Amino acid sequence: MQRIAALALAAAAGAPCALAQDAKTEIEKYQQMIADSSPVELFELQGETLWSKRQGPKDASLEQCDLGLGAGVLKGAYAQLPRYFRDEATKRVFGNEDRPSEMEYLSAYIAAQSRGAPMAPGTAHPKEAAAYELGRKLFFYRAGPWDFSCASCHGEPGKRIRMQELPVLSSRAGAGPVVATWPAYRVSNSQFKTMQWRINDCYRQMRMPEPTYASDLTIALATYLTVTGKGDPYRGPGTKR
Amino acid sequence: MRMTTALRVCAAATALAACADTPVAERHFSSESELREVQAVLKRDIHARGSATLARLEPDALQQACNLNGNAPTEALAKPLEAEQMATIRYPAGSLTGDWKRGEKIAQSGRGLQWNDGPKDVAGGSCYNCHELAPQEPSFGTLGPSLRGFGKVRGNTPEMQRYAYGRIYNSKAFNLCSQMPRLGQSGTLSEQQIKDLVAYLLDPESPVNR
Repeated sequence: MQRIAALALAAAAGAPCALAQDAKTEIEKYQQMIADSSPVELFELQGETLWSKRQGPKDASLEQCDLGLGAGVLKGAYAQLPRYFRDEATKRVFGNEDRPSEMEYLSAYIAAQSRGAPMAPGTAHPKEAAAYELGRKLFFYRAGPWDFSCASCHGEPGKRIRMQELPVLSSRAGAGPVVATWPAYRVSNSQFKTMQWRINDCYRQMRMPEPTYASDLTIALATYLTVTGKGDPYRGPGTKR
Repeated sequence: MRMTTALRVCAAATALAACADTPVAERHFSSESELREVQAVLKRDIHARGSATLARLEPDALQQACNLNGNAPTEALAKPLEAEQMATIRYPAGSLTGDWKRGEKIAQSGRGLQWNDGPKDVAGGSCYNCHELAPQEPSFGTLGPSLRGFGKVRGNTPEMQRYAYGRIYNSKAFNLCSQMPRLGQSGTLSEQQIKDLVAYLLDPESPVNR
């Protein structure tokens, strides 16, 4: 089956709220602090080493891979994902929930080569339009023992879970900063994570079973979020709480 | 596409209810076949993990009605379904209120039913994720209405205990497409835990009311 390749992307940022102004200022200070001391560059370097490392039965590196802009062209390629690819290579599943795989480091390196490029995911191909449409439906579909959809938490402006402000991910203003900052270093578990992982973590909190990595479901959601938030210059890999 | 606001739904909802918990209504599915399409994708692309089994993906009549009607079903559709939800509530014999101190711990805890929760983990109500309760706890969410002073305003009467117990057990019995989880019906909280939450909400000694 053909599908859209999403080199891992996901969700959690902020929109302002009138309450608890002091706490908000403190949280902003904390966010600045963790960004200043972020080890993101180390993950990018590991990814760069992997990109050029010759390995496997063909003793080949990834350096001539075509991520959509031509063989070996990395600059700006990440900002144009998710995108439909005809080849079958994208069907392989990478990584898992608990342990970072080499894929995450590669995503750090590749995403970093798009810094400053406006997020411009694929929208023209019928497969891309179908992925967006499926993602939109998944976003609003209530399910599971707690009857949640993505929109249960990310549907109205100015809402919080505890002190955490919730971006409205069905809006340009809410989704833009989110898709422009994943993948990211996650301070709370000291790991480099993808947006796909973050979407799965929402499913965990929704009390749902687990979406399969690189499935059409996760790619459709990433496509919906990225198309909704397109236009922001990419400024990741980010650093999240 | 039909758009309504949560406000109108709230005005129609029960006067007892701390309201504003219905999502902003907007239709995203035009037919049951569109819902089946999404359900097929979920079944194909989601796998069981820990306690989170695939049985959780089976939609019930309520979820179908809320998804299909942009969380704003007509009264004619909602009333019988609300009655069905009301029938799921198992009120215990005797007192409906417990210990507010235990209730506070339950209100604070966000554990339960997640795939990383172990079999020995005791579930909480995740109340503070969405509601303001005691003024001493500044870390509260705003997805649900503030419940600060809940019992002070309403009184710790048997009728109010019954309402609070039912609302926690199955919020959908009172407002079909409420955003609040059905904490008793879903098996998240036990009878005793819900009684303790009733005390946390209504007991005059509870910090919620002081």
